[in-house]
Amino acid sequence: MNANPADPAGTQAVAISGIHKTFNEGTDDEVHALEGIDLTVAPGEFVSLIGPSGCGKSTLLRLIADLLQPTSGHIEVFAKPAPQARVDRDYGMAFQTAGLFDWRKVGANIELPLELMGWSASKRRARSAEMLELVKLPDIANRYPWQLSGGMQQRVAIARALSFRPRLLLMDEPFGALDEMTREHMQKELLSIVAELDTTVVFVTHSISEAAFLSNRVVVLSPRPGRVHRVVNVTLGERTEDTREDPEFFKKATEIREALRSVEAAS
Amino acid sequence: MTARGFLGKVLAVVLGVGLVAGGWELFKAVVGVNDLKMPPVSEIAGTFFEPVQRGRSEILAVFLLKSAWFTLKEAAIGFVVGTVVGLGLAVAMLRSQFLDRGLGPWINISQTVPLIALAPIVVTWGRTTFLSDVQAVSLIAAYLTFFPVAVNGLAGLKSPDPEAVELMRSYAAPWGKTLLRLRLPAARPYLFPAFKLAATLSIVGAIVGEISAGVPGGLGRVILDFASRYSTGPERLYAAVLAAGLLGLFVFGLTNLAERIAMRGQPEVAQ
Ligand SMILES: Nc1ncnc2c1ncn2[C@@H]1O[C@H](COP(=O)(O)OP(=O)(O)OP(=O)(O)O)[C@@H](O)[C@H]1O
Ligand SMILES: [Mg+2]
Repeated sequence: MNANPADPAGTQAVAISGIHKTFNEGTDDEVHALEGIDLTVAPGEFVSLIGPSGCGKSTLLRLIADLLQPTSGHIEVFAKPAPQARVDRDYGMAFQTAGLFDWRKVGANIELPLELMGWSASKRRARSAEMLELVKLPDIANRYPWQLSGGMQQRVAIARALSFRPRLLLMDEPFGALDEMTREHMQKELLSIVAELDTTVVFVTHSISEAAFLSNRVVVLSPRPGRVHRVVNVTLGERTEDTREDPEFFKKATEIREALRSVEAAS
Repeated sequence: MTARGFLGKVLAVVLGVGLVAGGWELFKAVVGVNDLKMPPVSEIAGTFFEPVQRGRSEILAVFLLKSAWFTLKEAAIGFVVGTVVGLGLAVAMLRSQFLDRGLGPWINISQTVPLIALAPIVVTWGRTTFLSDVQAVSLIAAYLTFFPVAVNGLAGLKSPDPEAVELMRSYAAPWGKTLLRLRLPAARPYLFPAFKLAATLSIVGAIVGEISAGVPGGLGRVILDFASRYSTGPERLYAAVLAAGLLGLFVFGLTNLAERIAMRGQPEVAQ
C-alpha cells in the first residue's frame, strides 16, 4: 500500500488529477459523467470503484486505459501520460463479458496480445501454458471458449489480460455474471494471482462484499456526475475463506454500504 | 457425415426430384397442357442422352457439360473480381465515414439498374476498350456479385462488440491488425451467406451476359439457340435450363463446402 521499495521516488501506478468527462459536449445528448476526480493508486495496491449505476465507473476505467480522452484533467500511469502507457502495454484489461474470440482456441486467445507484440511462437506457447497453470486450467489450451463455463471463460480472460505481465490490471465487473459461489472462489484466485505477479489492480464492482474482500481501498463514487464521495481503507490482512466471517470484514462492508446510502440519499 | 446421414440426404434428393416430376405430369394432366408447352418428363430426361445434332456423336449431356464449364469459368472470374471489389468497398467504408456516406447510396442504386439494360452497355464499352466479350461477361457477373459481399461484409466487419475493439486498442494493435485478427474472422458468419448468394448470382450474370453479348460456347448461347428452335424440340430448352439451374446449385454447394471448412471449430448454430 505504501510506495514500492523498488521505486524510491514514490511513483504512483495511477495518478488521476482534476478529471472531468463530458460526453457529446455542446449537443442535446450532453452527459456530464465525471467531475473533478482526484485519485492515486500505489504500486501493488488493489483499489475498487463502487457507486450507483451510471455514475461513471466504467468511464473512469476507460480513461485510465486511454480508451477515452478526458474533457479536462490529467492521468498518468506509472508516471507516463495514459496514451503512452497504453502504447507501452503497461496495463491489461478484463470486462464483464470474458470477450474471448470464439474462433480461437483458449491457448490462442491467451497468446493474442503476445502475437501482437511480436513474440515467437515457442515463447508464446510457453507463456500461455504458464498462464493456464496460474489460473488453474492447465489442460484446456486446445478447447474453444464456447466449450467452457462462464467462470472458466473469465479465468482465461484474466490469463489473457496478464499474459504479457502488465504491471496494472484494469477490471470492469469481471465477476458480475458469475454465480455467488464461483464468484467468491474467483475472488480468492484473483488475489493470489495478482499477489504472485505483483500486479496493481483497479477494479470496478457493484458488490459491496466483493469490494471489501478484494481491496486495500474502496473508492465510493457519487451519482452522476461522478465524484469521489468517500474512500474506505480496508485492512484485513491476508484474505482466506474465514475473512468473510471476520467481524472486521462486516464492519468494512457496513462502512461501504453506509457511504453508498448516504451518497444516494444526498442526490 | 455418417453413412446414415448421407443415405438420408440421397433419399431426400431422389424424393424431391420424384415429387417435382410427379407434380409436373399431374399439372399437365389436370390443367390439360400439351406436350409442346410442357414436354413429358421422360422426354426431357431422355434428351440428355440423344445426340446434340443429327450426325454428331456427342450427346446433349456432354455438350451441356462443356457449355456449363465455359460459363462456370466466366462466372468464377466474375465471382472473384466481385468478391475482391466487394470486400475492398466494405473495408473502405469501414475505414472512412466519408466513403461510407458517399458510396453507400451508389452501391444500392447500382443494383436497381436492370442487368438486361446494363449488359449491352458493358459489352459495347468493353469492345471499345481492352475487354474481350468473354471478359465483359465476367464483368457483368462481377457486377451482380460485389453487392451482397459489400453489404454483408460491412455489416460483418462492424459486428464485433465494442469491448472486443477496445481490447485490441488496449493492446495498441494497429488498424490493420484489428481488421485481420478481429473484424475479418468475426465477419465470416456474415460473409458466407453473401458468398452463397454471390456464387449463384455470378452464374445468372454470366448467362445473361452471354446472351446480351452473343458470346458463343456457354449455356447462355445454348439457351438462346434451343429457344429459337423450340417448336422442333421443346425438351431440349428445358434440359438446358435445367443444366443452368444445376450449375447454380453446384456453385452453391461449393461455397457451402468452403463455409464448413472456414467455420470449423465454431459453435453449431442452433437449428
Ligand atoms: N460513449 C458514450 N457516449 C455517451 N455517453 C456515455 C458514453 N459512455 C458512457 N456514457 C454515459 O456516461 C455515464 C456514465 O457511464 P458509465 O458506463 O461510466 O457508468 P457506470 O458507473 O459504469 O455504470 P454501470 O454501473 O451501470 O456500469 C452514463 O450516463 C452513460 O450513459
Ligand atoms: Mg459500467
